[in-house]
Amino acid sequence: MSNMQDYKSSLSDTSSRKFETFSYLPALSDDQIRKQIEYIVSKGWNPGIEHTEPENAFSNYWYMWKLPMFGETNVDTILAEVEACHKAHPDNHVRLLGFDNYAQSAGAAMVIFRGKTV
Amino acid sequence: MAEKTYSAGVKEYRETYWMPEYTPADTDILACFKVTPQPGVPREEVAAAVAAESSTGTWTTVWTDLLTDLDHYKGRAYAIEDVPGDDTCFYAFVAYPIDLFEEGSVVNVMTSLVGNVFGFKALRALRLEDIRFPIAYVMTCNGPPQGIQVERDMLNKYGRPLLGCTIKPKLGLSAKNYGRACYEGLRGGLDFTKDDENVNSQPFMRWRHRFDFVMEAIHKAEAETGERKGHYLNVTAPTSDEMMKRAEYAKEIGAPIIMHDYITGGWSANTQLAQWCQDNGMLLHIHRAMHAVLDRNPHHGIHFRVLTKILRLSGGDHLHSGTVVGKLEGDREATLGWIDIMRDSYIKEDRSRGIFFDQDWGSMPGVLPVASGGIHVWHMPALVSIFGDDSVLQFGGGTLGHPWGNAAGAAANRVAVEACVEARNQGREIEKEGKDILTTAAAHSPELKIAMETWKEIKFEFDTVDKLDVSHK
Repeated sequence: MSNMQDYKSSLSDTSSRKFETFSYLPALSDDQIRKQIEYIVSKGWNPGIEHTEPENAFSNYWYMWKLPMFGETNVDTILAEVEACHKAHPDNHVRLLGFDNYAQSAGAAMVIFRGKTV
Repeated sequence: MAEKTYSAGVKEYRETYWMPEYTPADTDILACFKVTPQPGVPREEVAAAVAAESSTGTWTTVWTDLLTDLDHYKGRAYAIEDVPGDDTCFYAFVAYPIDLFEEGSVVNVMTSLVGNVFGFKALRALRLEDIRFPIAYVMTCNGPPQGIQVERDMLNKYGRPLLGCTIKPKLGLSAKNYGRACYEGLRGGLDFTKDDENVNSQPFMRWRHRFDFVMEAIHKAEAETGERKGHYLNVTAPTSDEMMKRAEYAKEIGAPIIMHDYITGGWSANTQLAQWCQDNGMLLHIHRAMHAVLDRNPHHGIHFRVLTKILRLSGGDHLHSGTVVGKLEGDREATLGWIDIMRDSYIKEDRSRGIFFDQDWGSMPGVLPVASGGIHVWHMPALVSIFGDDSVLQFGGGTLGHPWGNAAGAAANRVAVEACVEARNQGREIEKEGKDILTTAAAHSPELKIAMETWKEIKFEFDTVDKLDVSHK
């Protein structure tokens, strides 16, 4: 038993709260973020940014940051918007989505800046 | 006026049912049978007999034939082809006019196509390889209750495969202990846990206690992780009234998804349940117990790609597809063929994948393939590569068998799938670089590290019994 590790997760430990895809990995590095944006662009999806207070993260509707960037393919432009959203809402989760208008679904969704979970 | 006169007796089938000059209509239901005839019977006669016996014909002429327009209703054998690499059998293609079938009833279609004809004496064996359902017929069927895109929205899962786990041991747990096993898996990072197919309502665990305990597990895991969770509550029951009673209760307590075994439970019950799920906003997971009885023998039975089409028409949001890499049968190209049939809206004929006809599903939603059976973290790169995002990767022993328990096993799976998706999106070849991707991810996840040490040596490398028909000569 001494080699067995307890699974640390509880209602009272706020670090147990996750936020879907990639939230079980360490926060993405700048280089990794850039590559995920390149992936969204390469798929022809429309990048979009949403954010929320961590206590409201379970909701379907996070706050939209401006409108989805329809047709935007410049990785630096997209990255700059993600950062602008984070700067305006430093305590919030900020997620990047790739809207696939043919599937009428998000082909990608990932939290880029992680707020403090509650 | 009368052009035909009645003459009693036995006529050769090919006089009426073999029509090589026939061009199938867009509205015809088309079928491809693999026919193994008794020695000495001509191919055309056997093919015509199959067309006759699966549509309007019987073994002798009857006077009532002349009271209808048999030429309008009869099935027509319109083509014969060699089977590559096997000269004991041949393919027979049969066209059935759409008017032969009740609308929206896979039960009716299959009662004709795989009815008495399969016991026909002139045949040594018969296998239904594929069916083309015309869009005109597809539109009469209700199909999957919600579909892939709606499921993603309901559960807030985007950009990755979903993760599930079948609770083991299959039988014998009490409802409270069973709910514990679910809770541990869900809090560790799974999206779903699952009733095994033979968990219905036995004396050791009646359905209602199971439903109550499992819902508590879902609610607590959701509060703890902040993510949406579900458990496939199996409502398969001895009668469809009882099935509906269990489904209604699952809805009442807020379960997002229920489950049915569509072959043992029956297609009539399945279609009823699927329509109810659509009306009540519930997802429907479909298990396929008994399929291998029908689809494993290469010369006799019903190919799984046909069973897949039947399920999409009858209705279900998930269907077990085989894994390619795990403990159960399934050739890679053939599996890719039927997962396309589950998910895509238009599938082209592709003999290299065993697909005999173009199939147009129109706007009918797709079904998520479920890869389940004998898989663990080391299979993850191959599974993500083969199945892509629109799938459920379902680890049973590969979660529950983790040395630290279900939560750790679940976390290992979740870290592994996210690492593989992240790497794939970067453009890396994840099957080739799988070991490196998992090892890097394990540096941040002791649960994954232990999982990789536990399962490293397990492999399933038996040859496939039912291969695609290709020339080996």
